[in-house]
Amino acid sequence: MSYHGIVIAGFGGQGVMLMGQIIAAAAVIDGKNSTWLPSYGPEMRGGTANCTVVVDEKPVASPVIDTPTEVVAMNYPSMVKFGKKLKSGGFLFVNASVVDQKMDRGDVKIIEIPVNDIADKIGSGKVANMVMLGAFVELTKVASFEAVEEALRYKLSGSKSALLPLNLEAIKKGAEYARGR
Amino acid sequence: MKTEKLMMKGNEAIAEAAIRAGCRLYFGYPITPQSEIAEYMSRRLPEVDGTFLQTESEVATVNMVYGAASTGKRVMTSTSSPGFSLMQEGVSYIAGAELPCVFVNVVRGGPGLGDIQPAQSDYFQATKGGGHGDYKLLVLAPSTIQEAVELTQLAFDLADKYRNPALILADGMIGQMMEPVELPPMRDLSTLPDHSDWALTGANEREPHKVTSFNIDPYGLEEMNKRYQEKYTRAVREEQRWEEYKTDNAEYLLVGYGTVGRILKSVVDKLAEEGIATGVFRPISLWPFPYTRLRELAEAVKFVFTVEMSSGQMVEDVRLGVEGRVPVHFYGRMGGVVPTPDEICSAFKKLL
Repeated sequence: MSYHGIVIAGFGGQGVMLMGQIIAAAAVIDGKNSTWLPSYGPEMRGGTANCTVVVDEKPVASPVIDTPTEVVAMNYPSMVKFGKKLKSGGFLFVNASVVDQKMDRGDVKIIEIPVNDIADKIGSGKVANMVMLGAFVELTKVASFEAVEEALRYKLSGSKSALLPLNLEAIKKGAEYARGR
Repeated sequence: MKTEKLMMKGNEAIAEAAIRAGCRLYFGYPITPQSEIAEYMSRRLPEVDGTFLQTESEVATVNMVYGAASTGKRVMTSTSSPGFSLMQEGVSYIAGAELPCVFVNVVRGGPGLGDIQPAQSDYFQATKGGGHGDYKLLVLAPSTIQEAVELTQLAFDLADKYRNPALILADGMIGQMMEPVELPPMRDLSTLPDHSDWALTGANEREPHKVTSFNIDPYGLEEMNKRYQEKYTRAVREEQRWEEYKTDNAEYLLVGYGTVGRILKSVVDKLAEEGIATGVFRPISLWPFPYTRLRELAEAVKFVFTVEMSSGQMVEDVRLGVEGRVPVHFYGRMGGVVPTPDEICSAFKKLL
């Protein structure tokens, strides 16, 4: 599928904005078009943060979408809010480390990844978003892993470059978990 | 990167495009959703021997822009709706003094303090004169980040061409979203237009230049106004810009600018799947408004459907352009709400 309308949502601080930016940038590195549209304003402080990423072969028309093809829910409120908008047959990625309820939808592919647990195991809960990113890219094929790495390398250049190996490891673990489930 | 495209936020792309257009002077006061422009300028301008100054208010900003523009250098400021309201007195003075400069208004919900979400409710202020007197701004409305880059550069060139302030009218979505952009090369400052015939550069060994919007003699002021109007007439003739999407066999014409203009393309594609032939007319220059082409297109459709993030402002220009040839309908969201493709489709289909 060439078109992806992705919503990534969670609490502020869970790294949902960065996850979206990496996906959007990686798609461009792969030669596709993309837009990254953040929610901004009061809801970023304490409440839910989300971003919408559209990836398409042709230039992106609307960066605003009604029916996502993929939803990443890093917490329960995000799953409830965006899970019901998900297109039939679409992917719902759920952070199983913090969400224990089930989404009542039989028509979508629900992928539960305990991203915080996996991140803790490799040394830092802060890279839970990268674990989710790895799982997401593995199953949706929205971009190549080479492009994801390049986008991350660009994002974590300079003083942040020391963080790169841990982030790449997290992406790898997420992809492995998604493959093995 | 395999590609030369960079993912940039609209605000940052506008700032970098301005620098690459030769802008070395920026004055501004932070306001959401455009503060990244000032932030970017504060970091980037010192690298290119430019000057960034954070002012104490928008009123100070516009008067610093006025002063800097008097020297003939490329200067800009950026703000969002309430901030642009505060600048209006100075904008009128600058237009009256015939000075080139660039304003950016990343529009947010209003009126009053409103909110910080994307809106298009400053169209009247931008195109009909937010300040006093018979003046016009050259107003350009980008719908993508790439176009924001191109129009920022064009704004500087048009400002010079007409010795008149130009305005980029964006909205919070264009400012905050990221999209791949290709940046133009850095403009060689020695290739910028020569303003030595009027600019205030120090009158040592030459007659002083005078930059003013003031003339106590009404006949003299009328002559100045005639000169402004001649420029505006020329701009109306030469600067109408727009984009069309699938208008060739359209039975209905959708009209929207900026953010809405691109959302309408998704609407057209959705409606095409249902066998309804529509096309988009997207004004790029809001002043001068592309009446001429709109009139031609309106003759070939059953009706025109205008969508805005306002209670209906540009739709008045659409009606002026269509001149009653076909019905002009309107759908709008207010307060910073961005309409989605599905809701626009529904609103459109109710008219069939």
